[in-house]
Formats: sequence, C-alpha cells, structure tokens
Amino acid sequence: MAHEAPFQLLHSELIHYICKTADGADSENGRSVTKLENMGFRVGQGLIERLTKDTARFKDELDVMKFICKDFWTCVFKKQIDNLRTNHQGIYVLQDNKFLLLCHMSAGKQYLEHAPKYLAFTCGLVRGALSNMGVKSIVTAEVSVMPACKFQVMIQKL
Amino acid sequence: MSRQSNRTTDSKKMNSELFTLTYGALVTQLCKDYENDEEVNKQLDKMGYNIGVRLIEDFLARSSVGRCQDFRETADVIAKVAFKMYLGVTPSVTNWSPAGDEFSLILENNPLADFVELPDNHSTLVYSNLLCGALRGALEMVQMAVDVKFAQDTLRGDGVTEIRMKFIKRIEENLPAGDE
Repeated sequence: MAHEAPFQLLHSELIHYICKTADGADSENGRSVTKLENMGFRVGQGLIERLTKDTARFKDELDVMKFICKDFWTCVFKKQIDNLRTNHQGIYVLQDNKFLLLCHMSAGKQYLEHAPKYLAFTCGLVRGALSNMGVKSIVTAEVSVMPACKFQVMIQKL
Repeated sequence: MSRQSNRTTDSKKMNSELFTLTYGALVTQLCKDYENDEEVNKQLDKMGYNIGVRLIEDFLARSSVGRCQDFRETADVIAKVAFKMYLGVTPSVTNWSPAGDEFSLILENNPLADFVELPDNHSTLVYSNLLCGALRGALEMVQMAVDVKFAQDTLRGDGVTEIRMKFIKRIEENLPAGDE
C-alpha cells in the first residue's frame, strides 16, 4: 500500500526547491508559483490519462467536473470535494474543507501568505486533468482559513 | 454509476503514479536548472535526505516496528516493511559482505522509474537518487550512519536496480547536560 506521506513530503520539497531562490521580490514569487503550476499541469495530464482509461464517455462539462470532484480528488487527496457550486455559465467552485496539502500547516490564518505556493501545484493538476479531457480552463485557489480552501475553475469557451 | 466500480482497486496504484509523475516533473525541472548531472544527483540526494528525516517519524508511528537488534534486521525492516508501505514493492536483500556491514537491495521494478527513459545526454544522471538520500536521512534519525548508493540501475541498461548500503557507525546520542 502506498501512502500519501511520501507525496506530501515530496510536494513540500518541491516547493522549497522552487521557492528558495525567489525570496523577496514579488515578481520572483510569481514566477515560482507559475513554475509549480506548470509542473502540476504536466502531472495532471499524465494522471488523468491513466485514470480515465476504463471510464465511460462523459456526458457534458458538469459530468467532467463531477469526475474531478469525486474520483480524481479521491485518488490524489484521499477524499472527495466537499462542495461543488456552479453558476451554469462556466464557473465552478470546488470547496475542500480539509485540504490534504494544507493539513500539515498550522490551522487558522497565521501562515496565510504562504498558501499560494502550496496550492499552485494543485491548480495546475486540475487544469492539466481538465485539459486532457477536452476542457480548457483557468484554475485559481483561494484560502480564508486553513486547512479549508476553494478552487475556482473558469472554463474557457472555444 | 458504473464509473465508480473500479476505483478501489485503482486508487492505490494511482497514488503511486501521482508520486512517480510528480517526481518526474521534479527531475525534469532539476535537469533544466543545473548544467551537469552530478549537480542534479546531489540535489536529489539532499531532497531525499530532507524527506527521509521526516518520513521516519511517519514510519515509526504507522508500523509499530521496535528497535532492531542488528543491521540484518534493519535491512529486513527496510525491505519488507518500509519499501512495501511507501513504494508498494518489496526488494530482496542480498550480497551481504562477510563482516555483515554491507548489503544490497535488489528492486525488480522501481516505481520511481515507471514511465522513464533516459535520453543519451544524461548518461551520468542517477534518476532515483532521492531514494538514497531518503534512506540515509531516515536511518540517521535512528542513530545509524550509512552510506547509500546505486550500484546498478535498469534505466542505464542494467538488468536490475541495485541499491548498495554500507553501515558506517552508530551515532551516539548526545543528551544535553543534566538531562536524564
């Protein structure tokens, strides 16, 4: 049985490595977040191909999103998304009340400024997964109190 | 809900694939950032070390393995419990040195290298070097200094993947003065 601990630690090391050169300047921080996001994108693409190889064809966009919230999230983060909302015009908000990659940080607001680094990889992961399912999107994350967090998916119409 | 049916069987494997793919992305990034493979190897070892020193806590908490009597027992625990728990494979322990301070872990299949092919210009890259660092870091936390390196690697054309471990010394615990 493979545990999530190695992945969590690897993820932390990844962030540490990418961000260690980027102390200080905001533009540098932005660049490392982009880098992490891009790495996540690539991983998401690979992962979703493996995950969907035996699944039935998706009915529509909502079906795809539900797959992300249930199967994909369970595979990656060991639980389902707690709440999925949509305005039915291409915006989806995925809420996770106890996000795995924020669980090892102090709950509350103390380290809120560091949250973007810890969410960038996941944003990329979701964007990559969606992209390989034929849905082009922009994914952003938002935290108000750790370890809860919201991912906003904006679908880009072709 | 036919889609749900094969999830439970898949999820363990998927989790290791997530790790494998993420690790791949990391190595790719390191290869972009550093000019030569030696530097990448060193960096991977360092990251592995950082992971190892933390992972050992998780390991001791989950596995309820007690103190090992000798290095042979340590080798068995690493192969049969730790590798099984975290990577889902059980390497075999062989090639003991006569003094019993050195052995090899033979991995039939290395999960880290599942989707990997090394391009020709990275012939000296030790792709899975993270494992060495992790083993070193974890054992250091239980007062054992070891030397770990890859002796063979399927990625470089060898038949199996072999990790060679050598016991160096027991690290004495230095208790702070007056602390019993």
